[in-house]
Amino acid sequence: MDSLLSIVVFLPAAAAALLMMVPKEQHGLFRNGALAAMVATLLASIPLLTGFQTHAEMQFVTKAAWIEDFGIQYYIGLDGISLFLVLLTNVLGPLVVLSAFKAVDTRVKEFYILLLILQTGMLGAFVALDLFLFYFFWEVMLLPMYLLIGVWGGQERVYAAVKFVLYTIVGSLLMLVAILALYFIHHAQTGIYTFDLMALMQTDVPLNTQIWLFLAFGLAFAIKVPLWPLHTWLPDAHVQAPTAGSVVLAGVLLKMGTYGFLRFAIPLFPEAAVQMQKPILILSVIGIVYGALVAMVQTDIKKLVAYSSVSHLGYVVLGLFSFNMLGASGSLYQMLGHGLSTGALFLLVGIIYERRHTREISAFGGLAKGLPFFTFAFVFTTLSSIGLPGLNGFVGEFLVLLGAFGESPWIGAIAASGVVLGAAYMLWLVRRFLFGANDNPENQDLADLSGREWLVLAPLMILMVYMGVQPKPFLDRMEPALEKAYAPVLEVRASGNYSSAADLLAPFLAEREEVEPVMENTEDPAHQIGGGVR
Amino acid sequence: MLAIPEIGWSDLTPLLPFLILCVGGLVLVLIDALIRGRAGFPWAPVTALLPAAALVAYAARWGDAVGETVFGTMFIEDSFGSTVGVLICIATLLAVFLSGSYLDKVGRTRGEYYALIAFSASGLVLFASTTELLSLFLGLELLSIPVYVLSGYLRKNPLSLEAGMKYFLLGAFSSAVFLFGGALIYVTTGTTDLVEGLRLGAGSPLAQLGFLILLSGLLFKAATVPFHMWTPDVYQGAPTAVTAFMATAVKAAAFGALARVVAAGSPLWDNIPLTQVLWWVAVLTMTVGNLAALTQTNVKRMLAYSSIAHAGYLLIGLVVFSQTGDHDALSGMLYYLLAYTVMNIGAFGVVIYWANHEREHLEIPQYAGLGWRTPALGLAMSVFMISLAGIPPTAGFFGKYYIFRSAIEHGFHSLIIIAVLNSALSVYYYLRVMVALYMRKPVATLELGRSTVVGAVVAVCAVATFWIGFAPDAFSFVPGVPSIVEWVQGAAIAAR
Repeated sequence: MDSLLSIVVFLPAAAAALLMMVPKEQHGLFRNGALAAMVATLLASIPLLTGFQTHAEMQFVTKAAWIEDFGIQYYIGLDGISLFLVLLTNVLGPLVVLSAFKAVDTRVKEFYILLLILQTGMLGAFVALDLFLFYFFWEVMLLPMYLLIGVWGGQERVYAAVKFVLYTIVGSLLMLVAILALYFIHHAQTGIYTFDLMALMQTDVPLNTQIWLFLAFGLAFAIKVPLWPLHTWLPDAHVQAPTAGSVVLAGVLLKMGTYGFLRFAIPLFPEAAVQMQKPILILSVIGIVYGALVAMVQTDIKKLVAYSSVSHLGYVVLGLFSFNMLGASGSLYQMLGHGLSTGALFLLVGIIYERRHTREISAFGGLAKGLPFFTFAFVFTTLSSIGLPGLNGFVGEFLVLLGAFGESPWIGAIAASGVVLGAAYMLWLVRRFLFGANDNPENQDLADLSGREWLVLAPLMILMVYMGVQPKPFLDRMEPALEKAYAPVLEVRASGNYSSAADLLAPFLAEREEVEPVMENTEDPAHQIGGGVR
Repeated sequence: MLAIPEIGWSDLTPLLPFLILCVGGLVLVLIDALIRGRAGFPWAPVTALLPAAALVAYAARWGDAVGETVFGTMFIEDSFGSTVGVLICIATLLAVFLSGSYLDKVGRTRGEYYALIAFSASGLVLFASTTELLSLFLGLELLSIPVYVLSGYLRKNPLSLEAGMKYFLLGAFSSAVFLFGGALIYVTTGTTDLVEGLRLGAGSPLAQLGFLILLSGLLFKAATVPFHMWTPDVYQGAPTAVTAFMATAVKAAAFGALARVVAAGSPLWDNIPLTQVLWWVAVLTMTVGNLAALTQTNVKRMLAYSSIAHAGYLLIGLVVFSQTGDHDALSGMLYYLLAYTVMNIGAFGVVIYWANHEREHLEIPQYAGLGWRTPALGLAMSVFMISLAGIPPTAGFFGKYYIFRSAIEHGFHSLIIIAVLNSALSVYYYLRVMVALYMRKPVATLELGRSTVVGAVVAVCAVATFWIGFAPDAFSFVPGVPSIVEWVQGAAIAAR
């Protein structure tokens, strides 16, 4: 099935094209049609999981010339890194559509068409292995999200939407320049014009140039993550976006930044990545603590969740730049986990907003009595988000912290304080929001979760548990691809005087073998450094 | 010396597109005289036959356009000139269709309007197909004078009158400047052939001065900083269809001529950095254009400043070409001109479509909610704005990509960083149109006009904007027809 991946990527866009021809009064048709398309995409991506071979090479590869004059290819493929991000995107897809059934009742046609186009853009960006194609999909994501925020958003939607676009575009245009620069460096060395990622990874870029190119790529990705201090677009965008937009934004779009680091910036420019490791680690730790502290003082639930994303994505970046397999796999795991738990949190906030049309924490209290199921779901998701063992958040956060301690105990220690702060602001929110006295008359007869809302939340909660107790199937499949992605970086470090970092790792690795028997082959530090096969 | 060349009938065939447009303009004047007073003559379709016939003439002589000069050195037939000519004819064709509906809406349908368009187009074609000072000047005047008249065509509209007067005065001045530069070159070298003259004048300060002055005359026509002051007022005041014509056809010809002059000028600059001059003009042009566009609320003024900014991007191609002689830079410029033509004509087309018989709706806030009221037009306008902003998958993105790539290849990093930041800046004001279309509540109900012909033009432009953005090697599936990329590459190599 050579075309399977292409089918998965373009199914939503094809559905969008079909829906465009339907007259716009047929609201039900758009809702069900979009849902059917998303479910079909999810089903079509199941063979990707079942047919996935656990090795580091790209699978389900499709390669065809697109614009031959410039060596631009339609080149897509899947490995252990992108597999789960594609699945995450496709799991969230139908749920997002379902969650909007009641919330969106104006301009229904355009809403679902944009969601479907956005889905294709995200899937394409995760599987593109040609840098031009990647850039293409990266930009295709931009406009649907802009319109989702700007048309269906809250009071300040236009400001938020424009801010989102401007931030993103500054980064992505500089990335385009860097892509082109790399393309010409490759041409100068080999005489071939190509945007093929695999070929460009073989390019020998001088360190000085590498740093510039890394910074250009890194800026685009850091804005998307968002890494402190480039995060200021995020609270605005999240708060103003409609629920569906927030879920996609937090669940998938933010991962695009961390995915970009993992797939492009780090493997393409390993020496620069090693050079820039310290500053990025520091920024990510600042992000963790800062995001948590700012989340603590928020009065709007959605804004609180938005800042918690800044904090959680800080962990992801921290793991990515710890440059060991613990950190890397924890980081990828955290990307998935955050997608589920923060996605669910935004859905829950959306559910309560639909009933009360406010998100002020002070307007609530004591909901637990009247809304037992809602409270259950919210507390459950909160626990997942703050990393309770047995749920998804714990695995990722724990691995990341292990990785970070291995790299630098100081960084690890500060980052670990974020876990405490995270528990503090989330549990404090739960107390003020759900428990205590229900003294607001408007909160007396709120309806509990409907069947549709259960249908949206249940899959996420099941996955949270599954990812919490069964990390092995995930980590097994991720590992070879991660090792391959980090091989260049580890090679660079092995050649320099970085070996002390690996020594530091040893105790943690030994300990980890008992906790997670999954990655037994990483216990040997020598294997980590030299063993990554390119 | 200006030798008297031998002229035969065979010299006329390469001039066919020019002759079609020029003689066709005369025929239009004649028709106007014959049917004077009677309404209902299909002016726009008849006029459209001229650029269409010129396109056929270009296509028929495509293989023969190998860089031979006719009338001595007065006129050169090569694929660069033909390519620019084709762009001019496409722009003219589309602008004529816009004009038909526009003049109906403002109630000023007159034959001379179309004759003037045809004359101007003939001047444009000539302008891009010569490296000889006299015929350059001839082309310049032939293209300019009708445009001055057309800018002031709406006699009862003070803005239009102001536009015509302003453009005429400044344009006449710039023509004089151009002529003065040409005279200095002639005085130094004794020839009016630019290529020959600039080779002879190498190292002569007077020739260099003359060249710079000549260049500034051309930069005026291309609406670049610091010769851009006329642009917003003229673009705003001129009839919208004329603005579309000026922004596309005139710009294509101006850049065609600039490329030829820069190519010819390279021997002059052993120590005086022509590239640096162009570098600064490019940077200033895009920055000033974008900064000024940020605060515009009138859509025509916004598009005027945006056209200045785009002239800046186009100049990047010339900067790279002037230093390296790399033809790829020129191919990028030509590609960009094509992209710019379709997206700009489309944008003006939407503005004309919405105009009713009483008035045009030119303030961007007036567009509030129009994207929902007229979905197809709103979508088309969004496509043009996205393309102008350079976001994929549109022609505007690919054009920018093409121009930027040659600059990066030759190490113009700071120039590209500036261009890229400018491009990010421009997203703001293009998105303002989309914000109005989709995100604002309508303040008052506008009386919208409509027009099938304009709708068709807009649709063609929107499809083209997407198509050449998705598949820049479009047409390559037709055997024997070059892809757009191959086409512009071939044309750029032929430039002299």
